[in-house]
Amino acid sequence: MPTTATATCTIDGREVAIAGQRNLLEAIRASGIDLPTFCYHSELSVYGACRLCLVEIEGRGVQASCTIAPEPGMVVRTQTPQLRRLRRTNLELLLANHQGDCACCDKSGSCRLQDLALRLGAQRGRFVRTVPERQPDRSSPAVHRDPGKCILCGDCVRVCDEVQGIGALDFAFRGERTVVQPAFGKPLAESDCVHCGQCSRVCPTGALIPANDVERAWQALSDPARCVVVQVAPAVRVALAEALRLPPHADALGLLAAGLRRLGAHRVYDTAFAADLTVIEEGNEFVRRWRHGERLPMFTSCCPAWVACAEKHLPDWLPHLSSCRSPQQMLASVLRRHPDAVGDPRPLTVISIMPCTAKKFEAARAEFCRDGQPDVDLVLTTQEAARLLASAGLDVARLDPEPADLPFGLKTGAAVLFGMSGGVATAVLRYASAVLGDGRLRHHDFRELRDGDGLRLAECALAGRTLRVAAVSGLSAARRLLSDLRSGRLAVDLVEVMACPGGCVGGAGQPVDHSGEQRLRRAQALVAADRSEVMRMSAENPAVGRLYETCLERPGSHTAEEWLHTRYQPRRRLGDLDLLFTQGERSGRLLVLACLGTSCHLRGGPRLVQQLIEAVEARGLQQRVEVRATFCLERCGEGPNVRVGERLVEQASVERVLAAIDEQLGNA
Amino acid sequence: MSTCCAPPSTAARRFARVTEILARHRHDPAALVPILQEVQEVYRYLPEEVMAYIATDLGLPPARVFGVATFYAHFALAPKGRFVIKLCDGTACHVKESQPILDALRQRLGLSERKTTTDDQLFTVETVSCLGACGLAPVMLVNDDVHGQMTPQSALQLVESLIAKHAKETP
Repeated sequence: MPTTATATCTIDGREVAIAGQRNLLEAIRASGIDLPTFCYHSELSVYGACRLCLVEIEGRGVQASCTIAPEPGMVVRTQTPQLRRLRRTNLELLLANHQGDCACCDKSGSCRLQDLALRLGAQRGRFVRTVPERQPDRSSPAVHRDPGKCILCGDCVRVCDEVQGIGALDFAFRGERTVVQPAFGKPLAESDCVHCGQCSRVCPTGALIPANDVERAWQALSDPARCVVVQVAPAVRVALAEALRLPPHADALGLLAAGLRRLGAHRVYDTAFAADLTVIEEGNEFVRRWRHGERLPMFTSCCPAWVACAEKHLPDWLPHLSSCRSPQQMLASVLRRHPDAVGDPRPLTVISIMPCTAKKFEAARAEFCRDGQPDVDLVLTTQEAARLLASAGLDVARLDPEPADLPFGLKTGAAVLFGMSGGVATAVLRYASAVLGDGRLRHHDFRELRDGDGLRLAECALAGRTLRVAAVSGLSAARRLLSDLRSGRLAVDLVEVMACPGGCVGGAGQPVDHSGEQRLRRAQALVAADRSEVMRMSAENPAVGRLYETCLERPGSHTAEEWLHTRYQPRRRLGDLDLLFTQGERSGRLLVLACLGTSCHLRGGPRLVQQLIEAVEARGLQQRVEVRATFCLERCGEGPNVRVGERLVEQASVERVLAAIDEQLGNA
Repeated sequence: MSTCCAPPSTAARRFARVTEILARHRHDPAALVPILQEVQEVYRYLPEEVMAYIATDLGLPPARVFGVATFYAHFALAPKGRFVIKLCDGTACHVKESQPILDALRQRLGLSERKTTTDDQLFTVETVSCLGACGLAPVMLVNDDVHGQMTPQSALQLVESLIAKHAKETP
């Protein structure tokens, strides 16, 4: 029998087994020593920049342990006087340029820089600040950026690129002028950002942080002329206890409801109610499309960061998205349009509590506003909800939990699963099996859809056919899935996409979790909540049934379309940027604007632009026509596009554009 | 909304050059630095719009292209003058008193550390860390021409001759 000798190395004089850790840092942490780091995240590539995980390896000197593979027989020291001094000095150098004001920083208390400065005994004042003062960027409704607090660890850059495949942030300039920012130093709102906020989730300081709307919430709650309605998303209830320092098994939703009512909320509803409504609308849309083989696979549309990603980066796939609004917007729409939803004559203020930063962006979308009035007035993240309660001085632990208000407080187990990756697909499958099949799977777990990271697949037999479902979280993983779909390596009928790894439980609005361990615990809590429900299939929700009877008639009805569905459109990724090609002296020339965005670029945009310039010059039209190129006319499906004056020429050719020019000049 | 201030055919020709450069590098994102170098030769700097176009063409995030363009001192984000003077301030040149030359040039042209290009777009004055011609210290480059063993006086004479040359070429 072969003996398997365990490989070991020596860490601070103790023999430690090496069990497949990717680097020495993980081996050291596994042995119970929490070496400090800023730039190390197990889900990201190794960067080796913060120089805090320094160790001394016999024969090799001082090394950053995150960049070293553990080897059998290695003798490692983690706490020599030299190492302690080096770590502290490195931290003090970071602190020297940190324009932080801990007392007024939202990150205070969960800030890794603050935490490690205390742990390592850093002193201020040994080094002077060398970088100029930098202005914060508050342009985005979702995430605020304060480069003065940035320590250049690059975590945000890597999560945006590696996990989300967006690359909205990157390092610019060098040396002491180095700054992490969107392209060309533009505000975040004018960049290719999709508002997922994962940058703020990994940021160790307050340099990237969810936008703070707590003060606006206070204003709304203290307006006696309005009825304040609060809705709470599924993933919030399994994470709020962390931020409030309650025991994990506490009924956080019940305590939150009690607390919100103390602060002036008139109704507290459960967004999970609307998740059941979403399942029914989306399930019906899917069944219809599946029967007719129409625009398959169908993609879910609950995740606003995924929707923004599709609109900005993947316009070709937009027709595949479900037209369903997200549960947040469905509930708000019902509250606003239902003649007697709330039973209070005062005008409504709708506040959502979400695990998500992108929901702030979603609430502000023009599609979800009527006459300039958004359906959802403001969105608080889980973090902000905890801050709201804390700022009132409420001892939440001493409150008696209270139920959500009816009827929009009723939910099924399926709806609660919306808070995790795989949950929406599970809920839709349960519903589809009840509608199309014998209903045996109506309470099924579909574990294969939620176990593990990245892409997960499930199949079930329905109506004599095999229904294939995929769930994916992380937008990079979603893009890989799309490329597999395009190449035919994979064929599925329904795809659930959530932008944040693990789904909403790992949303950027959730309490800060530097270790990443809470995400799994939150997901387990959602699974347990689903199992504890008697009703676990969305159509079993009696309140949803009543809503159809009284208002909506049936899924997909005219009213349902109007209240619960929406449309998408391609959106440009970059703010105002265009290229001027022909220049004359006369002002008021006819503007010919050719699109060079990704989609039109691939459809021959550059060649068309070249031919246009040549044709305009050949005809001596420079004084009457101005040719420019831009980076998206937001009509990606019909490219290449050229706008001639007010007229859009789709699937443009030189001949058709010239004809349009002649027509418009003739008219003029 | 910025524009490139060139007569019609220049703008068109430049765009054609950029598409040609991208095609010659097979639209390979790994060739970003040489592509930027060649495109900078076309425009004498890297306009944002052109970087956005390059990013779209190569399938890279624009922030990455901007990051690379701002990392290397070679790339310019603002238009440079017709004559780009690069004065070496490496160890050898520094010891051989390059600083008085820099002071003289800046004073003559009304430039500073922050303002490196003259308003008439004729001169850009910058320093570089080493031109690899230490035997000729102090050295400066005017566009691609090397001038060695400079003094403040010879540098100013050179500037005057360039101004005269420009005046003769542009009626």
